[in-house]
This record gives sequence, structure tokens and C-alpha cells, in this order.
Amino acid sequence: MELRKDYFADVRKDGLHEIGQGRPRLDSPGHVTGKTAYFADRNFPGMLHLKMVRSPHHHARIRSIDTSEAEKHPGVVKVLTAKDVPHNVYTILILIQVGPEDETVLADGKVRWKGEAVVAVLAETERAAQEAAAKVKVDYEVLQAVFDMEEALKPGAPLVNEYHGQNYYLYDSGECRKVRFGEVEAGFAAADHILEQSYQSSPIEHAPTETTGCVVAPEGNDRFTCYTNTQAMFFTLDNASIILQMPGSKLHFVGGTVGGSFGGKVDVIVEPIAILAAKLTGRPVYFIYSREEEMQISSPRAAEKVVIKDGVMRDGRIVARKVTGYTDAGAYSRHSPYGAQKGAAHYPGPYTIPNVWIDTYCVYTNRTPSSAMRGFGVTIGDFALEVQMDKLARLIGMDPLEFRFINAYRDGDMKAHRQPTEGAALIECMQEASRAANWPVAEKYMAMSSYKKGA
Amino acid sequence: MSLALQTFSSVKDANAALQGAGARYLGGGTLVVRAANEGDVSISSLIRVDDPGLSQIAVSGGKVRLGASVTMAAIARHHELAALAPAARAVGGPAIRNMATVGGNLFAPAPYGDFAVALLALDATVVTEGGEMPIETFFADRDTSRAIVTAVNVTLPKAESFRFLKVSRVKPKGVSVLSIAALLQRAADGTVTSARIALGCMADRPMRALATEKALLGCKLTPQGIAPALAAAGEGIAPITDPIASAWYRAEVLPVHLGRLLLS
Amino acid sequence: MAKVPIQFTLNGSEKAEFVESGTTLLNALRDKIGDTSPKGGCHQGTCGACSVIIDGELWLSCLTLAETCGGAAIKTTAGLAEGGVLHPLQRAFLDAFATQCGFCTPGMIMAAKVLLDRTPNPSRDDVVEALSGNICRCTGYEPIIQAVLTAARANSQNAT
Repeated sequence: MELRKDYFADVRKDGLHEIGQGRPRLDSPGHVTGKTAYFADRNFPGMLHLKMVRSPHHHARIRSIDTSEAEKHPGVVKVLTAKDVPHNVYTILILIQVGPEDETVLADGKVRWKGEAVVAVLAETERAAQEAAAKVKVDYEVLQAVFDMEEALKPGAPLVNEYHGQNYYLYDSGECRKVRFGEVEAGFAAADHILEQSYQSSPIEHAPTETTGCVVAPEGNDRFTCYTNTQAMFFTLDNASIILQMPGSKLHFVGGTVGGSFGGKVDVIVEPIAILAAKLTGRPVYFIYSREEEMQISSPRAAEKVVIKDGVMRDGRIVARKVTGYTDAGAYSRHSPYGAQKGAAHYPGPYTIPNVWIDTYCVYTNRTPSSAMRGFGVTIGDFALEVQMDKLARLIGMDPLEFRFINAYRDGDMKAHRQPTEGAALIECMQEASRAANWPVAEKYMAMSSYKKGA
Repeated sequence: MSLALQTFSSVKDANAALQGAGARYLGGGTLVVRAANEGDVSISSLIRVDDPGLSQIAVSGGKVRLGASVTMAAIARHHELAALAPAARAVGGPAIRNMATVGGNLFAPAPYGDFAVALLALDATVVTEGGEMPIETFFADRDTSRAIVTAVNVTLPKAESFRFLKVSRVKPKGVSVLSIAALLQRAADGTVTSARIALGCMADRPMRALATEKALLGCKLTPQGIAPALAAAGEGIAPITDPIASAWYRAEVLPVHLGRLLLS
Repeated sequence: MAKVPIQFTLNGSEKAEFVESGTTLLNALRDKIGDTSPKGGCHQGTCGACSVIIDGELWLSCLTLAETCGGAAIKTTAGLAEGGVLHPLQRAFLDAFATQCGFCTPGMIMAAKVLLDRTPNPSRDDVVEALSGNICRCTGYEPIIQAVLTAARANSQNAT
């Protein structure tokens, strides 16, 4: 590892003791000896296993639920449905006022995606829970479902969630997040070339080696200790507190040891129902996703569609960029309205473009609700932007790296969402990449600087 | 209720137990224990036979008798079974190969069952207490028969006449997109005089590529020579769709991989 | 619920317990005996996190019934370090940054140990093949492969 001290030499502090050094992780010795304690590496006497009964349909009304056979099954201690949940609203981002309250902990009257949680079965052994879960009878009236964002946005499409009233999240700005900068149509009119391309991604599953889960132990004083592999300890504690109508001081969360997550363990899904089960049974409760649940049920990175229309000059300047982004939230919002918003702030990318129009939509379909994953809201957008940049360079016969130098943002440039650029380093990164990849560019680009007063 | 395990010292004794509802035969466990883990509560008891005869490998006169409990690892390291080693090595990773049995592979539903694909091309016979049958008959009766497989008999091919290919997305080991086994006899001038070609993942169990076999007869293994065979590759196939690949994809790439195998 | 006896040696120490019939070796080791080093990542034999060594062979404990292991000699990663001294593989994993979240690590070490016990001087291809039943979602595998090759070199240096 080499620290290139010549970049930003006038503003850097040196004498770094840790940055740039290889340091062993504190938890590695535990990992190689098997001593690291993941949440499931704990055992509690009398522990109950929670198995979730899930919707087999993409979209259906629940006519009735009959848990009587399941409740009688040997080894079953409790069976929970929507009515047992004190505040049956599952709401990740309510704490930062992103909302909305469009999802339940256990389905109430309707299921909107295949795999939605309907009934929780608690039993002495995993096998007894599985057998009892098979005995739960749910009577569904199957409804028409929609799986494609464009279909979902057409008039007459099946309505995924009555809470919203339409198949997109309504921002305070309207049907999408909007950024308007300059005059795109004038920019397009003045451009030498126009390029409009559409980019698409499928949902991507994090597939951590350790599946999502928690163990909840009642402490005997109305307090519960929840051992969990959530990435979001305080989110989870606060949301559990809201869902259970229980003061946060009654909840003690132990975690931070996660067998991989990559954004897949921020949904606060398993803890509230497990804590409720521990409260209602007075016994420790273990709720862990099976591998199938981890792959199919747990939220993936949202599928996205990005349409980019650019106006570019022969000399390499992009003079107008219009981006329309669609995020497939699946059946419920979770983090997606926030993700689509992030996208709006991220486009048009690290480039200074005088005319920009951005619309980002958060769209509902009857797919598995999507959520956070490694830079969500931005990562797929970057794929789209950078492929577009390569195509533009090819269109005007320019080297793709040199093309980016011409358009790169620098300190002081106004971004499309009206924040001045600060701390830009794209130019320096590309100069280093040019060297490291042996992809030479013209001297004038190697002399450029992110400081506006430079070349 | 909890899963019960019954161990018998002979297949004869196990037969009665296997007739019970919810009883499944336990070989290496790679399919059956997996199903129980995944919540298949229709499995209530596992029946296994620890007769050491089931784990025997007997080679004589160019043929081998593989006991039903012989593992993929045992085949892969057997010095006289080099011809079968590529197919055995294609199954799972090292630990799976220590556990997975010949018998189990015969029952494995697509996308699994790569070794059984090889056995089909090799015209193996399957032995139960009731007698010996061609492997095609075994596959046809697989869903309904309750007979325990005790061994598989197969003629060992000459190295140059047997080819095997497993295609997976994950390298070096992963679940099959498809697998192909081809037993070809050729005349001195290289023309194909007989062909048995078996396909995996092109149905829910291994199947013969009969149209392809017919189209290869009298042809040389050159790009032009095999063209008719590749054109016929899709006849009779109903590939599976699963998280690995769609039926459409499997059908699209089958002639490509078949061509590569035949020209290799 | 029927209980059955299980009996085997674990890392050299004699174990005898009663478990529910049909209990996997993974669950017996973790829940009954208290060795949580093998992990349950998939319970279907595809991730390798549950890997243990039985009578010198690599085995998937999630697909093995505990009651079929009577008399076996079982080894897990938790038993590798002797008297607090790390096994060369454990040391190599630490030095090579071959562990991040750590969940695949015990299984990887089991697979690597079986390889090195049999093939003290493995090629890179040998290592990749030996680890082909173990999934890692964090490291991208390269540091793990390097760790195993380094441990092999250290072993051969010590042997001469």
C-alpha cells in the first residue's frame, strides 16, 4: 500500500501513524479460533423456535386465518397473528421522518408480495415449529399482481398498496424527486450530438454467509435482551420500542458481530416479532432466517431503471443531461424512498454540467421489498452514468478517460442540486489511474487540478 | 415429531421399514437431510443400511460393480476407475464427495445427478433385490418404485471413447447449468459408428439425446460433421428452470456446449 | 420426543450425550456440546461453514446425523490451537487478512487443514479445489488462498 503524498500536498497533514499501515483486525483471532460469538452461538434453556408462515401469493386478500390445528400441535407454545402486535406497523425510517407507515409486522387483511409474513409459530423444537406451520390454514383471494415498474406506473395497473393510493411514493415534491438546474431543452438544442440510453438492473441479494436472526431472552423484570446481527442497533431498538409500545429502556440490544450483511441486515425485521414472542411466552425466542428465506425473503438491492439523455459538444463538453431513474421498491417502502432521493442528489455524477434535469421515482410492485445494499440509491446509477460516459466518448471519437477529464467537477463548481463542490478529487484519481493502468492521456490532463484556480 | 433414524444390517431387513409413510432412504444425506433441514415435514423417518457390501467397488474384466453406498470420493481416487473420475469429481465440493453416494445420485432430481448422467451414457444397469434393470428403466420407474438400489454395474469405457462435461456458473464447482456425457465408438477413419449421449438438466432426470445420437452416426467429429447433431440437440428436451438458469437459457447453450464437447 | 445416544471424541476428548433423534451433528455440536465453531450458514450443504473433520475426512455437519457418528474422531476449528498456540493455518489466516466477518473462517480452515494433511505442498489449483465447497462473501477468496499457500510453505520450512 502506498500513500501518494504529492496529491493535495499543501493541505495534507502528515505524520500519520495508522492510515496507510496494515493493521490486524481486532476480531480476527476470535474468527480463526472459533471464539467469536455470533448471535446464534448462545444457548438458552427453554428456548423456543419461531417459524414464520408466509404468503404463497404475490398479491391476495386474506379472507381468514385458522391457526387452531397449529396451536394444538405438540410442542407449540404460541401462535401470533396481526392482532397480537401492539402497534402493527413496521416502519424503518420513521425516526428520521422519512416514513411512511405502509407495512405491517404481520399481514393484516392483505398480502402484497410472495413471502410476506402472516403468522408466527412458536414451538419447543425447530421441527415442531415447521410441522405446526404446515398446519396453519390461510384462505386467500388471489389478486392480480404487477412485477414490472413500467407496467405498475400505467393507468389501470393493479394497485399494490392502498396506503399510497398509487404505485409510486409521493414526495413533497410530487410524484418523484426533482432536480432542475439551468435549461435542459436549450442545452439539447445547442448540442452537437444527443445520446439517450436506458439502463437496467435486477434485484441483487447480499447473500451473507450468516443469515438474518436474533435470540431474545426475557430478563424476568419486564426487560428483554435481544442478541442480534442487525447492522442498525439503535434503529432496531427504537423501532422495536414503537412496534411493541414498550419504552426503549426495557430493551437491551447486544450485537455488532455480524457474519456479513452488506446492507442486508438493516431492515429491523426479525427483532420486533421475536421480542413480542418472548414477552407473550416468557421464554427465550430464537428467530433465524433459513437460507431460502435469506435469499428470497430478505430485502435485496432494488431493481432499477435509469434513462439518461445527454447533449454533448464535439469538443467533449456535456452541455445537458436529463436523468430519469426508477427504483423498484417492491411491495413496501422500507429504505427505497430514501434511496431514490439519494439518487437524485447523486446524478448527474461527478461532472459539471450546466443544464440538468433529474427525476427519480420510487415505484411499488408486488416484488420482494427492496432495501439497502452497499451504496444503495447510487451504485446502480453510477453503473449507468459511467457506461453512458464511455458511449458518449465513443460517439464523439474521444478517449473515454480524457472525456471525463474535460467534464470532471472541481472545487467551487455548483452542483445540480445547488451545493458547491468541495473536496473534489476526481481529477487526481484519474491521473493516478492513468499511471497505474498504463492508460496514457494527453499532458494537459495530467496537469489539471481539482482546485478551480489550477489548470 | 422428531425425525427417526433406523439402521439395518441388510437391504432385505430395511425393505419393510421403507414401505411406511414418511420413510426415506438415507444414503449420504446430501438430499434427504437437506430436505428435512429445509422443513419437509413429510419425511418422518430415515432408513439406512450399513452392510459393508454396499460400499464395495469390484472391478473385473473391464466392468465395475459399484455398491450403492460407494461415494464420489471413493470413485475419484480409485486407480482403476480413471474413466469415471471426471464425472465423480464434478459432484459438489470435497466434503460433498465424501458423503454423496452412487445410489443417491441416481435419485437426485435435476439440476443434480451429474454422475447418473454419465451412467446413462455408459449404458449402466441398476441392481435391486428384485433384479437388474437397464438404467433407462430405472429412471422411468424412479418416482414410484420403493425398491432399494444395491449396486450399479457399468462397463468401463476406453479413455478416448468417453467424454463428460459439466457446465456451472460458479467455478470450479457449482450446481449444473447442464451436463453432458457421450460414449462414442468410431471407425478407423474417424466416423462415428455408435453414440450414446446423455443430458443432465434437460428434463427432471437424465435423458438420452436420441436425435443427436442418430444424427452423429456416419459423421466425423468436425465442425461440419457434427452440425446436424447440434441442430437436433433440442429435440425432446424440456429443460428445467431454477435459480441457476432458465429453461430458455439451458436450451440455448446446449448445442454450444455439446459442440465443444464433441470437438474437444 | 425420542432421545438417542451420541458418542464420539471431539478434538481428542470423549463426548457422550443424548439428543433428539434426527439431530444433525452441527446442532449437536453447537447446542448440546457447546462447540459453536462450526456454523450454520445454509443447512443444505452448499456453503461449507459447517465443515468438520471426521476420521481425517472433510465432512458437512449440517447434513450428518449425530447418531451416525458413533465412535468417530471429530475435529473442529475450535480444537486446532494446542495449548493456546495457534495452528500455522490460523496464524496464516491472521497475517494474510484472510478473515473479515469470520463466519466462513472455521469451515475454510477445516478444508485447508485436510488439504495440507494430505498434500503438504499444494499448488494453487489444489488449494482452489480444496476450498471449492466453502463460500466466502467478504474476502473475494484471494487472501484465503494466499493464507493456505503461506501455511503450506511454513510447514515445509519447519519440516526441513
